Amino acid sequence: MSVVTSGRYTFPSYNLVFFIFLQLGLHSVEGVWPLPQSITSSPERYPLNPQAFYFTYGSQSAAQEGCSVLDEAFKRYFSLIFPDYSSGYGFLRFSVDKPFTVQVSVGRDDCDSYPDEDSSEQYTLSVSAGQASLKAETVWGALRGLETFSQLVYQEDFGSYYVNKTEIKDFPRFQFRGILLDTSRHYLPVQAILKTLDAMAFSKFNVFHWHIVDDPSFPYQSRTFPDLSAKGAFHPMTHIYTQSDVGRVISFARMRGIRVLPEFDSPGHTQSWGKGKNSVKLPTSSQSDLLTPCYSGSSPSGTFGPVNPILPSTYKFMATLFKEVSSVFPDSYIHLGGDEVNFSCWKSNPDVRAFMLKMGFGADFTKLEAYYMENIVNITVALNRTSIVWQDVFDYHERIPKDTVLHIWKGLPASYAAELSAITKAGYRVLLAAPWYINHISYGQDWRNYYTVQPLNFSGTEEQKKLVIGGEVCMWGEYVDATNLTPRLWPRASAAAERLWSDEKQTSDVDKAFPRLQDFRCELLRRGIQAEPLFVGHCKHEYQGV
Amino acid sequence: SCHDGLPIGLQHNNIDDYVEAEPVFEASKYGSLWPLPQKVQISEVSFKLTSSSFRIVDAKASSAGPSCSLLQSAYRRYYEYMFGSAKKQWWSKNNRRSDPSDLSELQVWITSPDSECDGYPSVTSDESCEYLPFLVHVMFYGLETFSQLVFEDEYGAKSINAAIINDFPRFQHRGILLDSSRHFLPIKVILANLETMAMNKFNVFHWHIVDDQSFPYLSRTFPQLSEQGAYHPYTHVYTPADVKMVIEFARLRGIRVIPEFDTPGHTQSWGKGQKDLLTPCYSGSKPSGSFGPVNPILNTTYDFMAQFFTEISTVFPDGYVHLGGDEVDFTCWKSNPDIQKFMEQQHFGDDYRKLESFYIQKLLDIVTSTKKGYLIWQEVFDNGVKLKPDTVVHVWIGGGSDKEMSSVTAAGYTTILSAPWYLDYISYGQDWQKYYKVEPLNFEGTDEQKKLVIGGEACLWGEYVDATNLTPRLWPRASAVAERLWSAKDVTDIGDAFNRLSLHRCRMVERGIPAEPLFSSYCPHEYKGV
Repeated sequence: MSVVTSGRYTFPSYNLVFFIFLQLGLHSVEGVWPLPQSITSSPERYPLNPQAFYFTYGSQSAAQEGCSVLDEAFKRYFSLIFPDYSSGYGFLRFSVDKPFTVQVSVGRDDCDSYPDEDSSEQYTLSVSAGQASLKAETVWGALRGLETFSQLVYQEDFGSYYVNKTEIKDFPRFQFRGILLDTSRHYLPVQAILKTLDAMAFSKFNVFHWHIVDDPSFPYQSRTFPDLSAKGAFHPMTHIYTQSDVGRVISFARMRGIRVLPEFDSPGHTQSWGKGKNSVKLPTSSQSDLLTPCYSGSSPSGTFGPVNPILPSTYKFMATLFKEVSSVFPDSYIHLGGDEVNFSCWKSNPDVRAFMLKMGFGADFTKLEAYYMENIVNITVALNRTSIVWQDVFDYHERIPKDTVLHIWKGLPASYAAELSAITKAGYRVLLAAPWYINHISYGQDWRNYYTVQPLNFSGTEEQKKLVIGGEVCMWGEYVDATNLTPRLWPRASAAAERLWSDEKQTSDVDKAFPRLQDFRCELLRRGIQAEPLFVGHCKHEYQGV
Repeated sequence: SCHDGLPIGLQHNNIDDYVEAEPVFEASKYGSLWPLPQKVQISEVSFKLTSSSFRIVDAKASSAGPSCSLLQSAYRRYYEYMFGSAKKQWWSKNNRRSDPSDLSELQVWITSPDSECDGYPSVTSDESCEYLPFLVHVMFYGLETFSQLVFEDEYGAKSINAAIINDFPRFQHRGILLDSSRHFLPIKVILANLETMAMNKFNVFHWHIVDDQSFPYLSRTFPQLSEQGAYHPYTHVYTPADVKMVIEFARLRGIRVIPEFDTPGHTQSWGKGQKDLLTPCYSGSKPSGSFGPVNPILNTTYDFMAQFFTEISTVFPDGYVHLGGDEVDFTCWKSNPDIQKFMEQQHFGDDYRKLESFYIQKLLDIVTSTKKGYLIWQEVFDNGVKLKPDTVVHVWIGGGSDKEMSSVTAAGYTTILSAPWYLDYISYGQDWQKYYKVEPLNFEGTDEQKKLVIGGEACLWGEYVDATNLTPRLWPRASAVAERLWSAKDVTDIGDAFNRLSLHRCRMVERGIPAEPLFSSYCPHEYKGV
């Protein structure tokens, strides 16, 4: 037992042997996140050489070369699979490895379309010697399969890439798997949104719910009403989304099989709208007076409340705005908000009270709110769009068009389970967000709470359960901007991703999920996503930014 | 004294022709100053600063000249903070000539005969301008303050209001603890945070460099410690060159680097490379295969520590080393028959705190012989270890920390406070206000006792923190602690603090630091590093 005093830096050879052993022993081939519905793999493995690795279209595939979505995906996934590969490298080296081909076949040529609520995302993937065969009904399913394939490939310490013999049959448990970003409380540069879309694809999320405007700011630059952002954005030039920004986000999302669902929340949460609609005298009266003037006693107080529901001009404005929105955003859904309407301003306004009398609403302002929402929903129905509204609308008003989707955001498990029961019993489709308010942070591994949610654990018939179309992770923006968005979102949102994609029985053990999620988080870092750690430990390739 | 001399000299061409500045932010009368200087008078008179003509220069009477590279590099740094890098300036260079209302020069006058250009900041370095000599690294704080007075109008022009500022810190030790053991922190992250510390006038980087989980410090004397104990022997270590770079980068910003080598607990990673250093735990009569704290009963332990801390004393120039001493779990010691025998021999009875004290006292003697002072976590004091009079006791245990401060200072020891500033504990909302409202001297004791509180540290332990989230998690929450430790005791207006801190955080963002937002709002220049 003597103290080693050597000042020389030596590296005994047994260390090297030990490390090789460790690396071989540690590798897990079932590291796919979210877990596929069915996966079998064997220890038999095949080397992959970037010099002799190809994506091709199967001869029976409906989509062939020239399919924008898949051509781009091949390029993207090649770099994700071989992160160290640089093109100059190949000329210096003569390869003797056998080629490996990933052959992709899809049943429909939907290359130029947008993913929608009915898009199939199922795929089968079969990896064998020299080739992988990926089959899907749609290009969106093929994208999910490519993501899975990219996660099956691993790199050993000496730099070689391998994939094991594997059979996968996979499809999502829920059709709607969303992430909400809030670009009103803080402006998020387009780059931050694109980065999020990239990371969403890695976790197989398929809906970007863009809560684009709210009380604090109106960054959407409207073609029809440019004053909304000119007056309502934090800054009219630097803190807005131009039409081309929006187009870029939509097309970037499409390439990744992600729908973009815009939310224009009203009648509450609209303070910023009023800046472009109330404060400026505009040529026609129909262009001002959007918000309700609040009264203090018998005179206007100078402040404004929710959208003014008693003026025909309001509905004309909304019809025009939503007509624009439906032409800019291709998705068949539009989110209309409808949450947290404060009645005190309406109550203070004598014109609003007179209207209440005339309509026979008595003193029940929820009836006024229902009247307003009904009108707005009818506008979107006329535009051939499905409305999503926050649960508040159901809570005070059960007579809304049957194909409206209700979005649950309130409460603890007991209360959202009751809400799921009630809404599905009334026959509406429903989307669950309440357990995934990921902007609420706390010390420790809160991803476990997001993982152990049981979305269908409420009392109801099989038919009722089918009305749950999915769930959504919400990142509200009070305390979040480009400085902290990414590490706050990932990998915590990935926990919800597995809950929404994978089979609940196979993924009920949160401790089993932990090492897989740790591996996945390191893979996110390797792909340049600044995902925060789950607990102590390290990744082979740490995040290289600051 | 400061009454007749400004630490910052403002020189302009013609005071009579001044141009009224555009009102930019009216929120606080102190603009975006953070932490708030001790004495501030800002006038309405403003001057334009033009990047093409503005210079930061040594005053004629200054004891520091062009050979003081420390100051010269600070001048360049602050010039870039104020005007952006040179390539962004082609427009103003080509299109704007200086006019009489311009402020053309910042003169930096170091009044101390010894400018300390080549030295390290130390506990005795005087950061105030109340006393002479006035030392070089103090100037960073003055430069930082000057740069905070500069604001941008709507057209992007830089202006500054005439101001008289006399400033000095309330507490001498204003630290940030980063933990590079639970997660390895790449050098780049550490440097970025030193940079941000300087923007907040922090002056101590407490480097909790090793712990149970990993040993990333590459020791020249015992290289096997990191070979075996780091997460990876090449990619997850701090080489001597890395450590030197951190120390120099910190020195250039007036920041001390105090390393912590915590023993006898928190040492699992040491055991991987240093055989027999840790206590073998027993299960019944046989070794269980696991190990506990450092083995205090072997002479080899102390031989090792003597060599190790001799190396540390040469690698880290600061006069102090942090020796840890917290959270020692006695169960392993209790299980070990050799330790039990030793306890009997030493007449320690069943009191394992005596064994801990035995170890710590020997360690303190070793470190004393390397001519270093030491900081220790509060347990060492609580357990009655004999300490040198200049020991700094680090109070960290939440709940009862006031009482602890009382008893530590009553015993005559200097102390620093961390208990209310564990920034790794996160919660939803504006928790910076909680950190801001702490009053470090709010404990029972005499004035003499209060003087023994030399400062505090914000701690960012690493269980859930690495390069991906460290910077936005630390800033601007740590800025709240910075003001508490720098500014006068009566600077407690939370509304005014919010207004200034919002602007200060935007300034950090503009300087490339991803400091997270306080609440819904925006910055003129949002973070671009996505």
